[in-house]
Amino acid sequence: MGEFDLLSSLPAIAPEIGLTILIFVAVLLDSFLHESQRKGIAYVAALGMAALAIVPIIPGWAPEPGPTGDYLFWGGMIRHDALAQIFRIMVLASGALTCLMAVDAKRVGNKGEFYTIVLVATLGASLLSASADLIMVFVALETLSIALYCLAAFKRNDSKSTESGMKYFLFGAFSSAIMLYGFSLLYGFTGQTNLYALAQFMGTEAFANNAVPVLAAMVMVIVGFGFKISAVPFHFWTPDVYEGAPTPVTAFLSVASKAASFAVMMRFFIAVFPNDLVIGDYVIQNFWVQFMAAAAVISMTLGNVIALSQKNIKRLLAYSSIAQAGYVLMGVAALQATTPLGAERAVASVGFYLFMYTFSNLLAFAVIILFSEATGSETIADLAGLNRRSPWLALTLTIALLSLAGVPPAAGFFGKFYLFTAAVEADLVWLAMIGVLNAIVGLYYYLVVIKVMYVDRSEDEDKPIPTSQTYRWVLGVATLAVIILGTVGAQVIFEWAVQGAGTLFALLPGVF
Amino acid sequence: MVELNAHTVVFAIFSIITLGGAVGVVWNRNLVSSSYWLIFSLFGVAGLFVLLSAPFLAAVQVLVYIGAVGILITFSVMLTRGMTQIKDVFNRQSAASGVVAVLLFVVLLVGVVLPVWGPSGALSSAPASDVVATTAELGVALVDGSQYVLPFELVSLLLTAALLGAIVIARDQDK
Repeated sequence: MGEFDLLSSLPAIAPEIGLTILIFVAVLLDSFLHESQRKGIAYVAALGMAALAIVPIIPGWAPEPGPTGDYLFWGGMIRHDALAQIFRIMVLASGALTCLMAVDAKRVGNKGEFYTIVLVATLGASLLSASADLIMVFVALETLSIALYCLAAFKRNDSKSTESGMKYFLFGAFSSAIMLYGFSLLYGFTGQTNLYALAQFMGTEAFANNAVPVLAAMVMVIVGFGFKISAVPFHFWTPDVYEGAPTPVTAFLSVASKAASFAVMMRFFIAVFPNDLVIGDYVIQNFWVQFMAAAAVISMTLGNVIALSQKNIKRLLAYSSIAQAGYVLMGVAALQATTPLGAERAVASVGFYLFMYTFSNLLAFAVIILFSEATGSETIADLAGLNRRSPWLALTLTIALLSLAGVPPAAGFFGKFYLFTAAVEADLVWLAMIGVLNAIVGLYYYLVVIKVMYVDRSEDEDKPIPTSQTYRWVLGVATLAVIILGTVGAQVIFEWAVQGAGTLFALLPGVF
Repeated sequence: MVELNAHTVVFAIFSIITLGGAVGVVWNRNLVSSSYWLIFSLFGVAGLFVLLSAPFLAAVQVLVYIGAVGILITFSVMLTRGMTQIKDVFNRQSAASGVVAVLLFVVLLVGVVLPVWGPSGALSSAPASDVVATTAELGVALVDGSQYVLPFELVSLLLTAALLGAIVIARDQDK
């Protein structure tokens, strides 16, 4: 480790520094503003995060290798590479949109603490996407999770909200503990905490007989990540928490927490268990790829099948998000590709899918927030006649659902296309087939919601849903993002993600 | 085999405190006494850390586990009075948890004693890492830019957010 150079290290945590300043601003505004003015904090937080999300796109500000020749900064705690930047943009964008979506939500939007905690959660997720050290991974993950436990229980007098907070906390604490046990085993085996140092150590002779303990540690780590991305069989918290938590919180945790966790999961497995790691006679990569493939199949199938029978739109989206996690896991399993380009495209397909999923899911939740704030209902049947009440809202929700289902011209089509291609290129044709079958099942329940909105009649058809100016902006931006990602932007973003994936593998000793 | 010197005697004393305290925790029917036994057991662990030449860990063990966790458990026992007078020594999961405990014990014992996972004791003569040797170095490592300053600072933000969240949830001001 060379001499510490503060100036060259600062750009690596630029978004986090910005978020910390925003946190202070939010706390100060909270204490000085009158209760009726506290909604203003939302705009400050959202504009701040949106500005921070744009910073990585500025040409010439792309991450550069640090003084040690790799992308590791702050004593190897984080890896400031292009892929981390892409995930940071997702996380910051979802944080910004969440703040704006919360403005009009009852008993949430007028509390300054809400925005402060959302900012802290965003900071945790942002650092998590770049973490390259066991300690950093854990602290960042807990910063995200603990903030989200508080947010899920935020409606203190609503028994469903407190219940969801409690459930989320118990499941989360348990899975964190198991993952931490896995981390401590890995540290105990090697005496290293840096992800990139771990692999080098485990490849040595001393480990030839130790495949079983290493695999045990790996399974424990998978439990922790599996919980965060709500993959089956660690999904039990998902429907209840999605339903009970205040809807802006649900929106945030369904995208930001999932995206950051997928980012760190890919980084972890590529760095700690790379494809050339052989312990004894076992190629370690085969084990985790099979885990991912199995989890992908079960998550997709279970999520989609249970979603078919849901009556509550938030629960429907909860099961849909389990299924979506399954699709993305397919891309993670495709990391077994034997060519560098194949693996890079697998990483990029995961990145692109989560990028478009962030906007599609936020869009769907934004409409649901508006609808439930106006009508007090979250059941699918009550969406009947939405087309006649507020045609634009119905159209936006349709676009969001079509994107989640994977129908062009919405972004989901290219998302699924890239994922399936990556799976096929990695010799996982059977997995891609199951993915396609699942996409068809998924299409059915998304279309049912659309049918209810457009075909079914209701008695309230003359009552439009009031939509504030802020919400029009949120819906407009998100819809535009979904359409652009599904048409002209798809290739651009995907190429960028492929480049980002290249830096993920770059300078890794021995891989390819 | 085992030499009888001051070290072994002290080790035996602290082991008895640790294990005896643990038995006291599970054998007691009164949760309040159980929590006292737990503190007793944790104190034994602190003693073992001193024996292993880890004075800092021993101090942390006393501060965090006996000071904070022990008090927290005592408080939560006092606040949930319905559970303080439990008559049964065994509950429904006792068989399953017994099997798991025995299995874990066997795995650990086998892993430590038998060389199934590589030679045992061969690597233990050298410390696994030489990053932190003394408490002073640990302090420096926490604020050193090329070591742990980033997680350290992040923890402070995490605690702030947790504090804020706890206040929001605990405070009952909504009408």
